Amino acid sequence: MKKDAKIHSHHISQQFNEDLEEIKNNMLEMGGMVEKQLSDAIDAIITADSGLGQLVREDDATINAMEVKIDEECNRILVRRQPAASDLRLVLTIIKTVNDLERIGDESAKIARLAIELTEHGESSKGYVEIRHIGERVRKMVYMALDAFARYDVEAALVVAKEDVNVDMEYSSAMREMITYMIEDPRSITRVLNIIWALRALERVGDHAKNIAEHVIYLVKGTDVRHIGLSGLEEQVKGES
Amino acid sequence: MTEPTTEYAPVNRSKFKKIDMSKLSSHEQTPSAEDLPSCLRVSDLNLYYGSTRALADINLSIPSQRVTAFIGPSGCGKSSLLRCFNRMNDLVDDCVIKGSITLDGADIYHRSIDVADLRRRVGMVFQKPNPFPKSIYENVAYGLRIQGINKKRILDESVEKSLHAAALWDEVKDRLHDSALGLSGGQQQRLVIARTVAVEPEVLLLDEPASALDPISTLKIEELINELKERYTIIIVTHNMQQAARVSDFTAFMYMGKMIEFDTADNIFTNPTEKQTEDYITGRYG
Repeated sequence: MKKDAKIHSHHISQQFNEDLEEIKNNMLEMGGMVEKQLSDAIDAIITADSGLGQLVREDDATINAMEVKIDEECNRILVRRQPAASDLRLVLTIIKTVNDLERIGDESAKIARLAIELTEHGESSKGYVEIRHIGERVRKMVYMALDAFARYDVEAALVVAKEDVNVDMEYSSAMREMITYMIEDPRSITRVLNIIWALRALERVGDHAKNIAEHVIYLVKGTDVRHIGLSGLEEQVKGES
Repeated sequence: MTEPTTEYAPVNRSKFKKIDMSKLSSHEQTPSAEDLPSCLRVSDLNLYYGSTRALADINLSIPSQRVTAFIGPSGCGKSSLLRCFNRMNDLVDDCVIKGSITLDGADIYHRSIDVADLRRRVGMVFQKPNPFPKSIYENVAYGLRIQGINKKRILDESVEKSLHAAALWDEVKDRLHDSALGLSGGQQQRLVIARTVAVEPEVLLLDEPASALDPISTLKIEELINELKERYTIIIVTHNMQQAARVSDFTAFMYMGKMIEFDTADNIFTNPTEKQTEDYITGRYG
């Protein structure tokens, strides 16, 4: 069965169409805010801008509030409409996705805090290239995962899941480099540790983006693709549905 | 003062391995219909009312001792199909049936079949409760009396057993000889079910059994269906999608006389294959 993003706007009940449209839009709006938070946090650490870092930390409260609000709307739809099939999957997907988005927001706030610390207590002399590089990759992953959701695009979701493997690899290689650097120059340990934590946060953002991509596949295909490995995932996406 | 002890018991990892994953959910995965024994089979069934074709090429195996629900919009043929199973359509003048339905391998439309006996084996409950204007006791004993059983001991036993099976015993045991018409709608419907199970059928056909009842009575009927499926093969026609999702193991979606999709209820309600099914259960215009 062909599924596209317009599938949820053909109900006999106009109100139901609007309700589903609303949670979808709210989730994508929250996604946009989270993307902004993430890219600001990365900028803050790279350009040593503690002011920007402070803004990111303050805006985290808005993200949290949105999570609660969207969850409430989803609850209301579940109770009042008892959605089935693709409608049910849409609501479940949104409930799970806002959770991942909120966590990405938390990681961004964490990176912002590290940016402030690095700015105020002296910068590390290493690691910014890695942060810029991995940061750019996970930023793209989050963008693509949300885009895949908006367009019901399982192929794009698959690309995100594959990219997570690359990010994990780059993360461990960056980690080895940071450790080598700390061994060479123990005085830098405190500052390099801050970089490591920021890298770790970015890697976690990649994991959440991958989760969102898996939710998209569940939404479109109706199969749960968590914990089945990349090849299993590919099979599900390419498989007929 | 005693020194605070800093010894910790070692974490026993092995206890995690003991968790039996199959016990985490009480919901049993329904096997696919082909893997289950079936007592009722429909093949190439066509039904005409005069020149109108009400059922078109229906092929279906109803799994034994499971609940199968027929859903679909009004006029899609689900009640017509249900009524084929105990030849209620024989009573409609210009109704013509082609194809075959077999119960335990025997064609129920064959000349040698005794229709009265077939209707004993395939019991039916209708939308509106239809108790006879007799006492509660006589309602349940009616089918047995027709069979020529009049021994009080046997009748008493059967009435009690059937009323227990229909979850009505506790409510009526002190007024078995009062008129059945004095019962509430939900009680009357359960009485009718008791009357049907008293003759020990193999298949129970339920045509919108709860649509005239309040939510509590509906839940009691649904609970009853869940208990009865241990012993009977149940087919239920319902307009209430949530009800079909709650009670059925298998769900068949019909549209314009055709069987569009037949699958486990889990699949039909979470990820149907056919677009028409999806449109219907989610309330879209096709």
